[in-house]
This record gives sequence, C-alpha cells and structure tokens, in this order.
Amino acid sequence: MRGRPNLFTDYESEMALFPTTTKRVAVALLLIFALLVPLGAIPGLSFLQESSWLVLINRALVFAIAALGLNLLTGVAGQVSLGHSFFMAVGAYTAVLLGGAPGKTVWGLELPIWIWLPAAGIAAAIIGIIVAPTAVRVRGLYLAFVTLGLVFIGLHLWRNFGKVAGGPTTGRPWPPLEFALWKGDPIISFANDGPWFGVQLTSDAKTYFFLLVAVILFTLVAKNLMRTRIGRAWAAIRDRDIAAEIMGVNEVRGKTQAFAISSFYAGIAGALFAVILGRLIPETWDLLLAVEFIAIILIGGAGTIAGTLLGTFFVVLIPRIVEDITFFFADQVANQGPLAWLGDLFIRKSPDDILGFVSTGAAGPGLSIFQLNVALFGVLIIVFLIAEPLGLYGIWIRVRNYWKGWPFTY
Amino acid sequence: MDAAVVVAQVAGAGGAEKFINALSSGLALGAIYAILALGFVIIFKATQVVNFAHGALAAVGAYFTVYFATVLNVPGRFLEFLPYTAQWVLSAALAVLATAVVGMIVERITIRPMIGEPLFAVAMITLGLDLILRTVTNDFMGNQARGLNDPWGADILEIGLLRVAKTQIVTMIVAVVAMLLLAWFFRSRMGIAMRATAFDQEAAMAQGISVGKVFAVAWAIGAALAAIGGIFSSMAPRASAGLTPFTALIVFRAFPAVIVGGLDSVTGAIVGGLLIGMAEVFAGTYLATVSWLGVGFSGIVPWLFMMLILLVKPYGLFGTEEIRRV
Repeated sequence: MRGRPNLFTDYESEMALFPTTTKRVAVALLLIFALLVPLGAIPGLSFLQESSWLVLINRALVFAIAALGLNLLTGVAGQVSLGHSFFMAVGAYTAVLLGGAPGKTVWGLELPIWIWLPAAGIAAAIIGIIVAPTAVRVRGLYLAFVTLGLVFIGLHLWRNFGKVAGGPTTGRPWPPLEFALWKGDPIISFANDGPWFGVQLTSDAKTYFFLLVAVILFTLVAKNLMRTRIGRAWAAIRDRDIAAEIMGVNEVRGKTQAFAISSFYAGIAGALFAVILGRLIPETWDLLLAVEFIAIILIGGAGTIAGTLLGTFFVVLIPRIVEDITFFFADQVANQGPLAWLGDLFIRKSPDDILGFVSTGAAGPGLSIFQLNVALFGVLIIVFLIAEPLGLYGIWIRVRNYWKGWPFTY
Repeated sequence: MDAAVVVAQVAGAGGAEKFINALSSGLALGAIYAILALGFVIIFKATQVVNFAHGALAAVGAYFTVYFATVLNVPGRFLEFLPYTAQWVLSAALAVLATAVVGMIVERITIRPMIGEPLFAVAMITLGLDLILRTVTNDFMGNQARGLNDPWGADILEIGLLRVAKTQIVTMIVAVVAMLLLAWFFRSRMGIAMRATAFDQEAAMAQGISVGKVFAVAWAIGAALAAIGGIFSSMAPRASAGLTPFTALIVFRAFPAVIVGGLDSVTGAIVGGLLIGMAEVFAGTYLATVSWLGVGFSGIVPWLFMMLILLVKPYGLFGTEEIRRV
C-alpha cells in the first residue's frame, strides 16, 4: 500500500495523529522552524528575534492555549461562550494569590510555579463545572448571554476585591516565570537573560521556549481529546444534542467535561498571560478580550486545531503589521516619499482632513491604531463569516486541494 | 457611574419618600430598557438575528442627536420661529430617522447575505458590527463626553413626596407612545407581513410577502428604537455628562431585559425592561451601603437577575419554548 497517501486500510491508521508522511515532514519542519525563531537563525526572518517581535509571539503562544480551549468548547462541543476572558481571569488571580508576593494591601503565598500554574487551571475548571449545568438548562444563544453576564460580574469582582486583584487602576505584580522546588533560589529561571547549554539567550527567548513546549503539549491533548470518545461525544452534542442523547451520549456529562477542560485551558493561559505581562489591571479581562478569542476561532476555522493556531497568530500579529504599515505611510506622507499619495488617502494630517481617518498621534483626533485594529477585527469577522465560514483553515484546504490535482481541476 | 447619579437623587430621603422615588426612577430606567429591548425583539422576531450591535446602534443614534442638535443645528436653523424644545425634538427625530437608515444599510450589507446560515454565525456577525460601529462613533466623537443640550437638562419636578426629573417623565411618555405605535403597527399590513415572516419565511414568501422588505423594515424599526433608547441613556439623570464612549456599554444592560422577558416576546421586552430597571435602581438605593457587595454593585444586578430567571425559566418569562426534535 505504499505510495498511496489517502488509502487507509484500517481505522487506527486513519485516526493516527499524523496519518501521512507529508504531514509528518511538515510538522517536523515546523518544529525546527519554531526552535530556530528566537536564535535568529532563519534567513530573512531574523528580525523575529528582536524583543518587540518575540514578546508578541509569546503573547500569541499564550493566546493559542486559551483559543484551543475555546475551540474545544465552542468549535467542537458547540457551546457558545462569550465568557472566556472571565475564566482566564480566574486562572490569573488564582496564580497571583498562590504565587504572588504578599504586601500591605494584597494577599499572596509565594508558592512555587508547580503549585500555582496547575492550580490556576484547576480553579478555572472548577468554576467551569459550576457554570456547566446552566449550559444544560439554557441553550444556544441564551447561553451566550449567560456567559456575557459572567464577564461583567467578573469585572465587578476584580474591581472590588483589591486584596486579590490589586488596585483598580494599578493592578499588582505577578510572580516571575521561574521554577523552584520551594521558596528560595530558582533552579531554572525563564525571567532573566543568560546562557543555556552555552547559548546566550534573552529572557524573552527563554519564555518563548517554555511557552512553545506548553503549546505543543496542550495541542496534543486537544487533538487527542478530539479523536477519542470524549471528543466524538462533544461533536455529537454540537450537531444535535437530542440525537446525541438518543445514541447514548450523556449530555450533562459531555457539556460539563467541555466546560471544565475549556476553562482549564483558559485558566492556564490567563495565568501565563498575566505572568508574561508582569502587571495587569482588572479592566484587562473585559468583553473585548473574549471577543478576540471568538474572532480567533472564527477567523481560523471553528472546530479545527490547525485553524485555531493559524487564527491566533493571525489575530495577534495583525495589529503589529497594521501598525508598521501605518507608520510607514505616515513617514511617507511626512517626508513626501514615493508612496505619499497612497498614505494621503487614510492618514490624518490635520483636524479638518476629510479623507484621513487614521491618526498616528497618541490622543489626536481620528482613529488611533488601537481603534483601527478593533474595527479591523470586526471587519475580519464579518468578511470571513460571509465569504469563508471555515476561516483560514478553509482557505488552506482549498489551496491544498487545488495543487493536489494540478493541473487537473479534479 | 451613572447609577451613582440615580442613587444620589434618591439618597438622603427616608422611608416612604425613598421608596416612592426609587419606584419612579426604576420605572423611568425600566422604560429606557424596555425601548431598547423592544427594538432588539423586533429584529429577532422578524429576522431571527440576535443583534449584539444594538448598543452600538444606540450610541450612533445618540451621536446623531448630538451632531444635529448642537453642531449642525438642523432643522432648527431653518425653523427659528419654533421654541427650543420643538427644535430639539425635531433634531432628535431626524437622528432617529438617520439611525433607522444606518440600520437598513447594515442589514443590507451584512445580514442579507447570511440568510439561511446558522443563527450563531449571524450573531457573531453582529458582534463584529458592534466593534466597527462603536469604533467609528468614537472616532467622530473624539473620545470625550458630549452633552445632548436637551431642553430639560437636570430640571426636577416635585409632586408632594415625589421628586422626578423631567427627562424621566419624557422617557416614560415616549415609551408608552412607542408601545402604542408598535401595537398599531403589528395590526397594519406591513406588521401582519412581519408576523407571517417571523412564523415561517418560506410560507410568507409563498403568500407574496417580500421577505427582504420585511427584513429592512424590521431593522429600520429596531435601529430607530435603539436610537431612542440611546438618546435617553445619555441624558440626565442617567448620564450627567452626556454621550460618552461608555454609553454603548451601558446599553449592554438592556440585554438582560430582553433575556428575562424572552427573546421573541414583545410583552416580555416591556415587562423585562421594567423589571430590570426596577431591580437595578432598588439595588442602588437599598444596597449601596452594604460594603461587602462592592462599589457599583447595582450595575451587575441586571445580569444576576437574568441568570436567576434563566435557571427557573430557560426561555425567559414570556419566550416561546423551543420544541426539541431530532
């Protein structure tokens, strides 16, 4: 049967993690690529090694964990959740409560990472299990509103429990990313520059490796969940819950598992997100963050792992690219470069500029780059839903199928 | 932030006075929520779309009012013989019309291509719309509070124990008028067509009803009601500073009203709106001094109330229970 890529003679080999040689090679190449990124060893892409890019990539890796969780809940199990930022916050505050330094106004136990990181996930999972029965009782879009309510209730809690969350405008510092057996000097620290196995690495690069391992682990778990009993039960519930019940799928158990596991992912991601940023205010965990994750799975392609990862990098890196392009054109306009006429169309130069709607000044009139990005999310969600409901993953499948049959149409 | 104003208005009074004033404030706030919820329910009933952009449409309406009444002064500048109140009301009416047009455009571009797609996908489209509309409105507003210059301002009417802001009276009158107009509309030819479409789109088409037109009208009415709600939410005593970038978020609290009443029930929208408004104001009045609940607790009362109701009645108080079939 060699040389026939899509011929599977048994179920096992079809459901294998990497069913074809092409996939195995592609994943291996991707891994090598990922390992080389912080070393700046990739020709043409060595700028990714810079701190500003690496910080962004780290952020994307953390978001990938949360997005994988939301994908399991919304994409695979079909339970719409607008409350993902709430579960992330639960994880982040559990982490800081257990691992943070105590102060005059805040609580903290200064426990090591191997306690606070799993605890962050477990605490969020417990809250998820508490919420899950609602999902059994309240269906479809009504559930979306319940989870939306969670975000607002959560924001109220974080604003008011200063002992845990710090001041409403100042926040509090999170513990650094370092591994210690107990209190005292860390064995491995990801938070300071230094050599590893003879290679000089920045703290960003070390954090990158830590997060990369975490993402690979969580991706494998998600992939395995999807192709075993639990995942199949989720898909059945998504497609028609009552039909699933008739087939013997336990709906209550399935939905509870989905909420618990998705929240676990969110909790871990929330804790890591807070840790890599160092300090957060309670307003971080707002609706916009939750919508960002919805955007990630819709743009990437709901229900697919590859799509989720693609979507995460797309959504996280797009603001930076937009920023670079905007500043490039602002520079062109200011210095009358060859592309100034293009920049004139959208860069605002004076308050009564009719055409320009993007302003590069921090607080000037016009859309700031942040606002432009928010609006762009909206546009992207709409365009993808109307034009390509399977998202980036769907585009990739179409491109792949085209080249598979090339030069024939079929 | 806005609840604080409502509370301040009622605080310092005792016993019966406190209760009566909380009741009237609650009714006025409830009237705003009811107007917003009505617009939402009409869109949902006719087009099966859960409109997350309702808050953004409300902000658009309030912004148009600011623009027409204070910046451009239309149609006031052509009708200077009219008293200021009439001029302002005309500007507001124009703003409501403009928002209705925005609603129709939005429907035509983003909702019409999605007919037949899953409800979830269309709801997510409106979530995207919310981001776009809010950002664009904020862009025009310049991220600062803009007063509406309404003729009533912070004036207060005193009737015995009752102290009620004039804007609140206007709110209640407008709400009642809107409800009566809608009741009439549902009996008109277009209204019957809309009810038929809500019941079964294909059957309605077979009867010669233009479903596209029904969609457009539903979005126009929904957006107009959102605009009215948005205008009243950015007036004293709700928001003393006027329209701010937060207005659209405050309007989010009308969602619990919709859910409590049931997504597809017009009666439910009105009852839900009043209930949520009362719950919020009463919590602000009587629980403001309970320190462990935290500052601004009244702001999340609508959400807590919604969750409680949903656990007892999963489709809201008046919502149609979905018959589940394989």
